Amino acid sequence: MSNPFDKLFDARGMSCPMPLVNARKEAGTLEPGQVLKVMASDRGSVADFQGWAKIARNVELLSQEEESVDGANVYVHYVKRIA
Amino acid sequence: MGTGIDTRAGEDKSRVEALEAKVQELTQRLADLEERAPEDRVAIVVFSGDLDRVLAAFVIATGAAAMGQQVSMFFTFWGLSVLKKGSEFSGKTFFQKAMAMMSPGSSLELPVSKMNYFGVGAKMLRSMMKEKNVSSLEDMIALARDLGVRTIACEMSRDVMGINDSELAEGLEHGGVASFLADSLKSRTSLFI
Repeated sequence: MSNPFDKLFDARGMSCPMPLVNARKEAGTLEPGQVLKVMASDRGSVADFQGWAKIARNVELLSQEEESVDGANVYVHYVKRIA
Repeated sequence: MGTGIDTRAGEDKSRVEALEAKVQELTQRLADLEERAPEDRVAIVVFSGDLDRVLAAFVIATGAAAMGQQVSMFFTFWGLSVLKKGSEFSGKTFFQKAMAMMSPGSSLELPVSKMNYFGVGAKMLRSMMKEKNVSSLEDMIALARDLGVRTIACEMSRDVMGINDSELAEGLEHGGVASFLADSLKSRTSLFI
């Protein structure tokens, strides 16, 4: 199931902590209520985004998915800016 | 009859006053508690000048900053090498010159904590990181700055080791143990690396 989103950020090829750091930057450009879709190849990003949403007061993790794009695993995160 | 009503009004009044006093006391106590409560803050002491340890410190610092934490990094002793932009020798004592000669002139010259083999190990680690598309230490230092991470150089160890201000990067803060503790005591997490 895929979510509607307002902005797409492709973090494929990035390693810890860059998917998180850059997603945070991208989320900062959104209006509250808008959704950022992040695509990452870093397996650790799954737990990292959960941790981020748990700690930060301004984002909510709507859902996470695992896809296969051209034979490579892609971890997709939907992050909503809430404040 | 009139006296009965007066008595009751008097009782109500004293009850309200007691309640007001209680509310005031609780408000004060809450304010005191909030004052002491930890904030969304992380304080990191970077004592080590080893590439691998310093990398770990910056991964945590940039990650925490991205998660909305206020991050302070205190560089002391060997960690000061991370902040250096070059070594100077003139005007230094014999020991200070020897120290400058034997310590890294910048973050690019940091050794690894294990298997360094006169710098070959550090070069190897850097190229392996590049292969895996992990940001270099220098990129992470710049990123930390962009994210608003506070960088504080320990004044005492800088002085002891004879490192001049002009050998260090611009835009640093200088401080002592109290500036670390002031942040650390307000932080949920404090690390010594």
